[in-house]
Amino acid sequence: MNAILENKPAAAPARTRRRLPTELSIFLVLIGIGLVFEVFGWIMRDQSFLMNSQRLVLMILQVSIIGLLAIGVTQVIITTGIDLSSGSVLALSAMIAASLAQTSDFTRAVFPSLTDLPVWIPVVAGLGVGLLAGAINGSIIAITGIPPFIATLGMMVSARGLARYYTEGQPVSMLSDSYTAIGHGAMPVIIFLVVAVIFHIALRYTKYGKYTYAIGGNMQAARTSGINVKRHLVIVYSIAGLLAGLAGVVASARAATGQAGMGMSYELDAIAAAVIGGTSLAGGVGRITGTVIGALILGVMASGFTFVGVDAYIQDIIKGLIIVVAVVIDQYRNKRKLKR
Amino acid sequence: MFASATASSAPAATVRPDVIPEEPYLLEVANVSKGFPGVVALSDVQLRVRPGSVLALMGENGAGKSTLMKIVAGIYQPDAGELRLRGKPVKFDTPLAALQAGIAMIHQELNLMPHMSIAENIWIGREQLNGLHMVDHGEMHRCTARLLERLRINLDPEEQVGNLSIAERQMVEIAKAVSYDSDILIMDEPTSAITETEVAHLFSIIADLKSQGKGIIYITHKMNEVFAIADEVAVFRDGAYIGLQRADSMDGDSLISMMVGRELSQLFPVREQPIGELVLSVRDLSLDGIFKGVSFDLHAGEILGIAGLMGSGRTNVAEAIFGVTPSTGGEIHLDGQPVRISDPHMAIEKGFALLTEDRKLSGLFPCLSVLENMEMAVLPHYVGNGFIQQKALRALCEDMCKKLRVKTPSLEQCIDNLSGGNQQKALLARWLMTNPRILILDEPTRGIDVGAKAEIYRLISYLASEGMAVIMISSELPEVLGMSDRVMVMHEGDLMGTLDRSEATQERVMQLASGLS
Repeated sequence: MNAILENKPAAAPARTRRRLPTELSIFLVLIGIGLVFEVFGWIMRDQSFLMNSQRLVLMILQVSIIGLLAIGVTQVIITTGIDLSSGSVLALSAMIAASLAQTSDFTRAVFPSLTDLPVWIPVVAGLGVGLLAGAINGSIIAITGIPPFIATLGMMVSARGLARYYTEGQPVSMLSDSYTAIGHGAMPVIIFLVVAVIFHIALRYTKYGKYTYAIGGNMQAARTSGINVKRHLVIVYSIAGLLAGLAGVVASARAATGQAGMGMSYELDAIAAAVIGGTSLAGGVGRITGTVIGALILGVMASGFTFVGVDAYIQDIIKGLIIVVAVVIDQYRNKRKLKR
Repeated sequence: MFASATASSAPAATVRPDVIPEEPYLLEVANVSKGFPGVVALSDVQLRVRPGSVLALMGENGAGKSTLMKIVAGIYQPDAGELRLRGKPVKFDTPLAALQAGIAMIHQELNLMPHMSIAENIWIGREQLNGLHMVDHGEMHRCTARLLERLRINLDPEEQVGNLSIAERQMVEIAKAVSYDSDILIMDEPTSAITETEVAHLFSIIADLKSQGKGIIYITHKMNEVFAIADEVAVFRDGAYIGLQRADSMDGDSLISMMVGRELSQLFPVREQPIGELVLSVRDLSLDGIFKGVSFDLHAGEILGIAGLMGSGRTNVAEAIFGVTPSTGGEIHLDGQPVRISDPHMAIEKGFALLTEDRKLSGLFPCLSVLENMEMAVLPHYVGNGFIQQKALRALCEDMCKKLRVKTPSLEQCIDNLSGGNQQKALLARWLMTNPRILILDEPTRGIDVGAKAEIYRLISYLASEGMAVIMISSELPEVLGMSDRVMVMHEGDLMGTLDRSEATQERVMQLASGLS
């Protein structure tokens, strides 16, 4: 009986103990990596790495595209799924959006009769293509029950093929100013951050988010709790597709061209960002804040390596290593948490 | 709390030397302590095992039994204290070291590889090799056949483990443990998944092992098993050693009070049941190949028990009604209206709730908090402007925790860290928050301790007296008989009969459950 009375609520400490460390620790890693390059910068090039706004802006711009994909794939991974198609869907969406954003003074436009359209048309088309691709991914997974790895692998290959077939591999350029404005200056960063905030809130405070975590934690329990698991999976994959579509629009606007080779292997960077940020491939665990920091870590590393003059191939070798180490550390931490 | 524990344990801890003659102990555990971050799992515990005897280990969940056994089997290392094997201090750094020293453990979870044969599973890691250091399958087959024959287990050594029933797999686990020819065999709830016949079989194997001078440590929650096979009983509570007594010097009541540290005057509350009007009427329900011809009525305020052995289709009936696996034939009438339920969310809307059989498999969201686990089924009713009404939900959950006495440091606590009983209460809370009219409970007290069981029984009775219609599926006969107004008995997918409280005896139910009518 006493044991029941002893049960004093201790909400506050438990909350901070549970919430802070994951994001904080990867944030510290981010700062650490930045400082390492700072030191190397002074030693090897006699200049600051961090105190260079131009470099930082460029880095964050680069992160924005991968970051958009990573926000989508984080949600997919939380449901124990995976999305390999985001890079290809980005390219397809970039091609289709760009083809509807060309100016009329270009004689070799893809659709000569469809030039000088209002800017919302290519944007909606690009987003729509992404949404459709995601919905197809989700429907195939939900209806046939095949592993997400296979379904999205198929989409990855097909979407890339379609992007090439669309213009026979020709790039689509001469885009209207109002379209390229989407990629101008800090716009990509703003879009990325707004999307991150939206989905951070959605995952934490809405039914959509709770259901996403529930499905990832225990799909069978989710179903018995009255969650329409199949429908929800279609929604999650559709959102991931939509974000890939958005990334395609932003990328083509920024480059002022649509190319079928865009976003090559971005899906892997996006998955890496999510995983470095603490999203568990076993599902049920993951947060947008972590993913954003994970994407920043990848960006800082790429920018830093170039800054200190590390060979591009060696960069990849180190990047691969860091991804594996991040997951090993994460797993070790989870094991310690569960080992009781 | 601890004061009362030591007080009650003092007389129990002293075993009079003239009762049990002095003989060398096979295994002694002396002053062992073990802590995990934030909790003390074991503090200064003792234990000793004699050759040729069965020592039953009892205690509520979280009492530290499994932790101690994992220390003995080399899975955990103690923070303090000593293990002595035949008087010599030993230290096991790995489970392998313990095995080589002669201690084998049958785990609660089945650890077999489904795609490999029985023989391969039993000899994994120590395969019989031929001259070329290749696996000698012939010899392995012979060894397995001999082993199975000795244990009177009627299985083909080449059968894939994946094709075996859960009970058969458990027997293979037992054979595997015996095959190490260890001096000490630890069995962690070996009967939780097997039928009466197999339990009897297991007990005869244990008797054989005993006569060969082996020491057996037997963890269980089932009283009747303790009195059937144990020579001595050691009791643990809250990580502390309470005492060790000869089994024949105790009875159920004294054992329970030793385990919970208080008298449980009555496990099953008495209920004045003003049974109300007809709520649910099921006619000829069937699921192809699984069960058929299931008909019953359920009234408000009534508890209908469903008894039957594993695989009798009890759980499938519940899942068919709830829409997890929709039925393929028959009718369900709710308040006289025919209903068609093809998915759980439809069932929930109509006022059904199903507490599933296997918490881990289909109940818990392991990585989520207690709050999130509790709120999951009612979320659609707590959404305003797209956002979850977190405050209202939290208030509701806090209220439920209080009513159901869910012991948790906070609602933010990850549900994995709760004991089995508290997890079960949190899941029950999940369903009670939906205000169900028909509550289906599938093995509501599986794997939880006596104290929590009593609380769950009390809750179920209370809910029924408030007019809820309850279906309770259970393998534990005393539980079904103690709680139900009527008992439905199933056998291999058939409804064998429905007994009123007055005619439902253990013998009668067992008869029907084994297919004799």
